[in-house]
Order: sequence, then C-alpha cells, then structure tokens
Amino acid sequence: MASNASFYDVFRQQGISRRSFNKFCSITAASLGLGPAFAPRIAHAMETKRRTPVIWLNGLECTCCSESFIRSSHPLVSDMVLSMLSLDYSEVLMAAAGHQAEAALQETLRDNYGEYILAVEGNPPLNEDGMFCIVGGRPFIEQLQEMAAGAKAVIAWGSCASNGCVQAAKPNPTQATPIHKVIRDKPIIKIPGCPPIAEVMTGVVTYMLTFGEIPPLDRLGRPKMFYGQRIHDKCYRRPHFDAGQFAEAWDDEGSRKGYCLYKMGCRGPTTYNACSTVRWNDGVSFPIQSGHGCIGCSEENFWDNGPFYERLAKINTPFFAESDADRIGLGAVAVVGTAIAAHTAASALQRARSISNAAKSE
Amino acid sequence: MITETPNGFSLDDSGQRIVVDPVTRIEGHLRIEVNIDENNVIRNAVSTGTMWRGLEVILKGRDPRDAWAFTQRICGVCTGTHALTSVRTVEDALNIQIPENANTIRNIMQLALYVHDHLVHFYHLHALDWVDVVSALSADPKATSELAQSISDWPKSSPGYFRDLQTRLKKFVESGQLGLFRNGYWGNPAYKLPPEANLMAVAHYLEALDFQKEIVKIHTVFGGKNPHPNWLVGGVPCPINIADTGAVGAINIERLNLVKRIIDESKQFVEQVYLPDLMAIASFYKDWTYGGGLSSSNVLSYGDIPEYANDYSASSLLLPRGAIINGNLNEVHDVDLRNPEEIQEFVTHSWYNYPNQDAGLHPWDGVTDPHFELGPNSKGTKTNIESIDEGARYSWIKSPRWNGNAMEVGPLARYIIGYASNNPEFKEPVEKVLTDLNLPVSALFSTLGRTAARGLECVWAAEKLQYFYNKLITNIRNGDLVTANVALWEPHTWPHDTKGVGFTEAPRGALGHWIHIKDKRIENYQAVVPTTWNAGPRDAAGNIGAYEAALLNTPMAIPEQPLEILRTIHSFDPCLACSTHIMSPDGEVLADVKVR
Repeated sequence: MASNASFYDVFRQQGISRRSFNKFCSITAASLGLGPAFAPRIAHAMETKRRTPVIWLNGLECTCCSESFIRSSHPLVSDMVLSMLSLDYSEVLMAAAGHQAEAALQETLRDNYGEYILAVEGNPPLNEDGMFCIVGGRPFIEQLQEMAAGAKAVIAWGSCASNGCVQAAKPNPTQATPIHKVIRDKPIIKIPGCPPIAEVMTGVVTYMLTFGEIPPLDRLGRPKMFYGQRIHDKCYRRPHFDAGQFAEAWDDEGSRKGYCLYKMGCRGPTTYNACSTVRWNDGVSFPIQSGHGCIGCSEENFWDNGPFYERLAKINTPFFAESDADRIGLGAVAVVGTAIAAHTAASALQRARSISNAAKSE
Repeated sequence: MITETPNGFSLDDSGQRIVVDPVTRIEGHLRIEVNIDENNVIRNAVSTGTMWRGLEVILKGRDPRDAWAFTQRICGVCTGTHALTSVRTVEDALNIQIPENANTIRNIMQLALYVHDHLVHFYHLHALDWVDVVSALSADPKATSELAQSISDWPKSSPGYFRDLQTRLKKFVESGQLGLFRNGYWGNPAYKLPPEANLMAVAHYLEALDFQKEIVKIHTVFGGKNPHPNWLVGGVPCPINIADTGAVGAINIERLNLVKRIIDESKQFVEQVYLPDLMAIASFYKDWTYGGGLSSSNVLSYGDIPEYANDYSASSLLLPRGAIINGNLNEVHDVDLRNPEEIQEFVTHSWYNYPNQDAGLHPWDGVTDPHFELGPNSKGTKTNIESIDEGARYSWIKSPRWNGNAMEVGPLARYIIGYASNNPEFKEPVEKVLTDLNLPVSALFSTLGRTAARGLECVWAAEKLQYFYNKLITNIRNGDLVTANVALWEPHTWPHDTKGVGFTEAPRGALGHWIHIKDKRIENYQAVVPTTWNAGPRDAAGNIGAYEAALLNTPMAIPEQPLEILRTIHSFDPCLACSTHIMSPDGEVLADVKVR
C-alpha cells in the first residue's frame, strides 16, 4: 500500500489539508490555462495515482534546464519532488553517487519498466564513439538508449535535447545530436528554450501526471499550449511595432520609452514560446521587457541564425523577406498594412491588424 | 608504486582502487578514482573530466558582440559570469568604456549570482555530505527548536514547525519512494551530527530550495530571465527611466523596489539561516581536518567587483587579487593575464594534442586538437572504461599553471589572499570564525575551510548587494540615467586586428577569457575556467592538481561508500561543463562521424 500511495495520500500524509489540496488543484488548472472547471478532474486524478517515477539524465549541456526547473514557483519544486513525482535519478540533485547512483537507475529500469518518464537534459555526441560524454565509463548515448527503452514517454528538456543547441552550432565538433534522432520508438515531448521557462517545465510534467497523457503537440513535437504562438503575437510592445515606434540604438529615447526592439535584432516575430505571456521567474519579466531583444533560444538553429543584433529583415528568414522595418518605420499605417498584408508569411500579423482595425472602426 | 610529486605530495597506487563515476551533485560529468591503503586511507587520486563540447571552435568567425550569449551557455549554474567575462573581454579588445550605472548593475548581477550559487551549493549540492536525512527522523522536535533558537533569530523555529516537518519526512520515507534520497549513505559512521541538527538542516534544505528562486529575480529585472539573462557589450541592455513617459517598460521605481526587497530578504536568509547552520555543522566536524590539498601552498585569484567603472586594477577590485606560492602568506604576487609566461595550459595528460606535447601555451596562443586515447594500463575497453591509466592521457580537462605552479582557485583562495593582504573585510570574519570554533589558522586549509569561506563570502556578497544598490540609487538621484555607450557599437569603428582579455571571479574561482578579433569577426577565443584550475590532471612535470591533492591522506569509513570523496570534491563546487569546453579555432573536426 505504502509504495502505491497516490498524490493525495502523500499530501495527506504530509499534513496538507483537503482545502490546500483543492487550492493546489485550482492553481494547477489555472497555470495550465485550463480554467476552473478542470480543477475537480485534476483533484480526482491526483487522488488515485501513485507518484510517477522520473529518471532525469544529463548529456552534453550546461545544467541551465535543471537550474530553471528548481526555480518553479507554481508548483514549488519542493512539492514536485516530495509530493508529485518520484525523482529517482538526477545527477544534479541526488544524494547517491557512483555505484549507488547507477544502482538507482537499474532498479528503476527493473521495477518500473514501461512506467517511468524519462527526462533528458542535454544531448549525446556521436563523434569519437560517443566518448565526448562519458557516464560510468560508458558513452552517454548508451545510457540514454538503455533508459529510453523502458520509458513510458520521453521529455526533451531545453534546446540541447530538442534541437542540439550551442554545442551543435556550426561546425558541431562533437556531432552533438538532438535526442529524437537517436530515440525513434517512443513519444518525445520537446520543451525547447535555453533554458525553458520553469513553470512551462513543471506545467508539462503536471499535465502528464494529471491527465495521464502527453499534452497536445504541434508538428514539431512541442506542447501547443506553450509553443503555439510567437512571442511577437503576445508582446506588450506590439502596439509600438504596429505604430512604427522603434528603439534605434541602445539606451536611446525609444529604448527608455519601451518602444519595439525589432530594429535591435529582436527575434520575437519568429520565435514560438511563452515568454511574453507566462514570463520568467514567477512572471517578473522577460527579455524584451528588460530591454534586450529575444534571441530566439527556443527555435532550431538559432545560434546559426545570427548575428543577434542584425534585424530579421536583413538576414535570411521567411519573415519579412520582402518588407522590413524601415518601411514600417515610415509611420504611415496604411502603407505598412499593405506591405505586410501582401506577404503571406506574415498572415498572423494580418489577422492581428484586422482585429485592431476592426476595433478602431467600432 | 610510490611516487613523490614535484609539488610535494606522495602517491601510492598499490592499494585497492575505488571508482566514483558519476560524481553527482555537481555541474557536468566527472569521474574520480582513488587507491586506498590497508587502513582505508586514500594514497592516490585521479580526477577525470568526462565531457567535452568544443564551444571555442563554434565561436570562430562570429560577431564578437554575440560572444557573451555563446559563452554564457558554457554553464547554466554560474549563469552570467561567463557572459560578464565575455563582454569585458570584447570591451578590452575594442577599447570600449562602459557607463557608471552599467558597472553598478553588472556588479549587482554578479553579486546576486554569488548569493544564489553559494546558497544552492551549500544546501542542495553539499549538505547531504554532512547531514544524515534518515537520522533526522529520530530527532526530538523540542530539542531541535531549542538548538535552532540558540543559534539564530530565524522565526521558523518552533517545536511544532519541526514536528510537522518530521512527520512529513517520515511519511515520505515510509512511502517507499525515496526519490532523490534513494541509495544515500544514511547511517554511515562519517556522519557526525546529532539527530536534532540533522532535522534542522533538512528543514533549511527545503526552505532554501523555496527561497533560492527569489534571489535570481534580480537577474530577471535587469536581464529579462534567469538562468541565462541578457548582457550587452558597452553597458547593460536595460534602460533606466524613473519618472518619464514609458517608465513602466524600463528600470523604474517599482523595479528597484523589487530588487531592494530581494536584497533585504537575501541578506536576512544568509545571515540568519546559512551562516548559523554552517557554524553549527562545522562545530561537529572540527576533528575532520582533511582535504587541504594545495590551499596551504598555492592559491590564485584575479579579483572582481570593480568599484570604479572600467578600472580593473587591484585597487579598484573589492574581491582580492593575487597569487600566493609555496605557502608564503607574507608575499602576495601580482597577476598579469597578458603575460605569456604566467598563465599557460598543459595537455600532457589530457585528451588533446599539442605541437610540442609537454610545453605549455598561453591562452592567446592556445591550440587544442582533441585526441581520445586510453593509456596501456587502463582496464576495460574504449567505450567501457573500468579503470583509468593516469600515467597516460586521462581527462578532457587541461592543466593550467601559473608560472609553472598548480594553483587552487575559489572562495578559499580569495579569503586566503584577502587574509594575507590584511584586507579587514576578509581577515576579520575569518578570525571571528576561528575564534568562535577555537581553531588555529591552519584549520582554514581544509575541506571545511573551503566550505566555510564560501559561506562567509555569501554574507559578504549580500552586504555588497546592498552597497551597490545604494550606489545605483545615488547615481540616479544625481541625474545619471546612462546605461550604455554605443560610440563603438558599429563594427566599422573597430580596429582591423585586436586582442583583448577579460576576467571575473566566478563563484568557483578565477575565470579568464582571451579574444582575438580580426576583420570584425572572432579569430580566436579561449577560456580558462575555475574548474580547469582545480580539477585538471597532472602536468608534464608530474605536479598534481587541486582535486587530486585534496583527496590524499583522507581516511574512508566505508570504502564502498564514497562519502568522504564527495565531501572534499563538493567543497570545490565542481563545474565540469565549464572546464572541458576548450578547443582551438583550428581544431580538426573528427573523422569518425557516424549516423546511427
């Protein structure tokens, strides 16, 4: 019985009241954007499920994903690891090392085969027989594939696991490889970003624990709920973009007034992520709010899509291949509208403009 | 076989070999092997960095203004410190002067990193080497409360608080799903704390886990996110707008109030929780005097936290700068990062080729050509290593040396240099700790000394956060809102061919970046990082590095449980992704590319 305790059992054992539990479920529902009606469903799920074992592996990476994960404010990461999941292997946080750590991994593989979630931070290098990343004397790629075999589902944390990230930037000397290219027979949920937002990470895990299924994914394997829209679509500086008001240099009048950073190289228009809505570190800010353009860290190959301070129109992206901000900056809204509308790649922009025009005409 | 190393250590590899891989509760991938004698005392130690990413070759040909973003991804734990080092390096190469406010905001961000990093290290990466979680189950909550209230004014200290926590912990253990605490070394006789101290420490482990996420919000205000906030060559990207139109989108009074609240809370947590816990724990381990290694002879610090913008001389730096060799505390040597003779890296025992394998190279001339090869006395196969041969190449880390000397870097090095320089900000806290615990100065040179120096430095950093916050407010009040100098932003204003060097003291120790810019692009970029200094392998002459030296002569209570090894290695706060990324701009891409 003890080893099959549900979330709610664990909550109760740990002295958490029914009321706090319900409140937790409501907050979880809200943070997932599901609305209050889902709270009872979350509560029901948590009352009947055992804590799911999670194996967290680290390949070539910088540990920014683990660091981001522990920054989660809702849920708190202490509640995550004590009450919601059983983090049976994490080289960053676990007490055991060496043989005892490897034993923990093997025990989970044996006792929970087909039941655990595999969370992967970083990626395997394929050059030099994989020995650019060694764990327990063996190449990381072997550990990864061995643990993937028994996983129920795989989470690719961050841009390393999802896209390759910085060590895979040209010329990728170690042949660092995103995990979906070496794990082909398991569902993989990609959570790109360098790192991903803490509450996005815990939100995805909570969704899976609560509903017992992986969240709806887009065609690139990312959860639609967090990666379905561009940062530009929900940016609070968007009205300045539409009005042709841009920062032209660091710390100029436009910068101080919070104008659009498009001309400073902002990648918000081509980056799918939740930064402008969920924001960072309990909603305190996000890059654009703090004066620096988005560098597009959740997009594939963003390191090779620079320089970061070159505006998008000058570099080879589908967005604004024909028009650029200088034309927008003319300030004539009608001209801008036509220029952008003419370009199909900017269809979402057009929709937003129609809405704002409609609002004006009302 | 017994070997005497030139730097004064005796190595004996005849006894039983013990392998620890992976070393956990660190950043990145590290393997440690030791030989123990018949009394279970460590007589030989081998430190192997087991990852390599090659970031510097990736930087070649890129815009130098982007380098901070790439180098920041060297490490997400000490997030920001590589970026800060990088913007300083590029500014040095291009002769860019930054505004006063930018210097102050950068210092605030670096100090916030110190407070966060040291706190998380102590509680979440290091504490379980000293604290037995299972023992906490048998603590008396009332006695725990008395203990807590005797050492601190921290309000969460009632018997009921500790009883609730103990109940929660008990149920967690009884659930049979131990998660992070699974297979720990609970009950090992090397644990010395009474149950009540263990329970108090476990409570603070959880409180610190919840609190640490607050500290980083300082980075979020100024840099937009954490980990990996944004930086800018020539200043900082966040403009200041206190009272004018659009102030809500910049650094304004509401943002500054948020920063102030976090600084106040951080100071309180560090002074009322971290430092008292550290002192309490240390008082039970006074007899555990091992782990000194190089610290009593050779230590190095570049210094950091410039009081004056653009002045990186020792007189401007609030964290001390200098080198001590051969244990002579009466002489603090100056350090010159540009001198080709002073800082050099060696690869005799590393998985890289040099044109002359045994000669050192200054970072501006750095060459790295990866070459993975196990020595003839290693056991196992290329892809299943059972035992390393330290007589041959055995690590992805190079061996940096200062004037030929292996050096220890980090908080203890900084405190020893501050102490030797008679800097009261460092000397007085050290003397107070030694007096309170009734210990001689020699007690500093130990694993616990390293851990204590980090705690003292965390208190220092929280105080300096307040100082620089006030400085920022004063400067703004005097009408200075400038945060960036864009005069040399455009590449056409740059020299055709130029070199630069920049440095910080990362939480883990001395960090330097060297750049060569040619035709507006990065021609060469090299980083020599703290964990390279500390974790590097033997050099051509046979000198051992700081990790290897620190492990020697430590007795192990139960050789199958590497608790003492973890204790000493963790006291350095290892960061392996930092230490092993190095590759030259002309490094060959390896030939054996496979698509599986």
